[in-house]
Amino acid sequence: MTEIFGVPAPVLYGQLLLGLVNGSFYALLSLGLSLIFGLLNIVNFAHGTMYMLGAFLAYLLLEPLGLGYWWAILLVPLLAAGLGIVIERTILKRIYKLDHIYGLLVTFGLTMVIEGFVRVYFGVSGLRYAVPPSLQGMVDLGFMRLPIYRIWVIVAALGLCLVTWLVIERTRLGATLRAGTENPSLVQAFGVNVPLLVTLVFGWGVGLAAFAGVLAAPLMQLTPQIGHSIIITVFGVVVIGGMGSILGSIVTGLGLGLIEGLAKVYYPEASSTAIFVLMILVLLVRPHGLFGKQ
Amino acid sequence: MGETVLSLTGVNGWYGESHVLHGVDLDVRRGEVVSLIGRNGAGRTTILRAIMGLLDRREGRLEIRGHNMSTTPAYRIAKAGLGYCPEERGIFASLSCEENLLLPPVTRTDGGMAMSLDEIYAMFPNLKERAHSPGTRLSGGEQQMLAIARILRTGADILLLDEISEGLAPVIVQTLSRVIQDLKARGFTIVMVEQNFRFAAPLADRFFIIEHGRVVEEIAQADLAARADDIRTYLGV
Repeated sequence: MTEIFGVPAPVLYGQLLLGLVNGSFYALLSLGLSLIFGLLNIVNFAHGTMYMLGAFLAYLLLEPLGLGYWWAILLVPLLAAGLGIVIERTILKRIYKLDHIYGLLVTFGLTMVIEGFVRVYFGVSGLRYAVPPSLQGMVDLGFMRLPIYRIWVIVAALGLCLVTWLVIERTRLGATLRAGTENPSLVQAFGVNVPLLVTLVFGWGVGLAAFAGVLAAPLMQLTPQIGHSIIITVFGVVVIGGMGSILGSIVTGLGLGLIEGLAKVYYPEASSTAIFVLMILVLLVRPHGLFGKQ
Repeated sequence: MGETVLSLTGVNGWYGESHVLHGVDLDVRRGEVVSLIGRNGAGRTTILRAIMGLLDRREGRLEIRGHNMSTTPAYRIAKAGLGYCPEERGIFASLSCEENLLLPPVTRTDGGMAMSLDEIYAMFPNLKERAHSPGTRLSGGEQQMLAIARILRTGADILLLDEISEGLAPVIVQTLSRVIQDLKARGFTIVMVEQNFRFAAPLADRFFIIEHGRVVEEIAQADLAARADDIRTYLGV
């Protein structure tokens, strides 16, 4: 069997694929986190919770309501965005003028509350969400066999990242958004309803997280804690990529997923810390992140 | 001169806890150019920011075209036909020159004051050449022209221009002077904050002298020569 640096090739490819899948989730989540931080100036600790909620909402749509995966992937991001909009209008808008730490604290509080509800309703034992029938099975590439569902995850996640990026970089709305990130009060003085823009961006970011949650649902045991483990890594991604950088989030998310995958093959002990070691190194050399501006 | 289009009565303003405007009374008539002059820190920029709703707190009466806008949220002020060019120019670094130009939404189409993109490029040919450069790669003069140009296509007919001649080479200041004359001829109403009195002197119909956050005197263009000594005292030069 072919080996690459002492590792059987199929094992390496498998881990790289897994890395790409994880990287896609990191990209979707850190993209939303970056957008929200850019315009709202809030470090949204509840972002992982929205991802968790996305997965559980998909489950909820299936179990009592009988609405399958494709309904979930359509409806759950919208439901979550709606919830995000309510949270922004009722809670977050009160703290924009305060220090970042308040945003972190209040969203951390939200995390606790939402997780508490999920724990009470679903328990902590972990639920399974089946891969939809249309995406079951494998593709044989000759050198490795790819599960169709994982390919779908990568394509869907990166597709949505690309759409988001295009909207931000290539449209009038995106230009207004970028300007609002730089100087919201001046954009407001030009007659743009910035509070509305802020609400929509928060909804959008939360929707992206919930979309990631639905994509991830068939890949893992659903427990209320799944948001925790991912949000810490995603914070690392955002810091490495540069706070507020859209492209940085996407590229870094994918890159770190791959690095994690490689670490799992060559030095498994470091796989969960690799990102943070990298974060420290990046912060030493470029305190504003790889893609961040001064 | 036409009717009053912008008026402030007893306007007080605050940055956080500090009280910076103390009862500003000011009126601007359609089609005229007025200049707010005074020492640094007298509150001239703050008056423009107060009009645009950019202070932390404002009290007193603000009327635009006779409508009371005292409690109107900031994003609706522009819709009343105001265009604001801030002192720091406010060119967005992450936007290209043309994106900066197209950023402010067209708020009034009925006034007939909105200039088309072609007219704007004819007035500022440099901006056309630099259309795809990032906003902050432009020279200081180009950035200043961009900051003025982008409020001309929105339909705003009352322009608030803050220190547009500041830090620019004399030849560019001359160009800006011609731009102001051109805009006045087109019928724009202009409120200028100027440190550079020699720039403002030939352009403005009236001068409001600002001290300690209020208007202390109003001088008409016709009285400028007679009052030159007073003005020198006020400006501390």
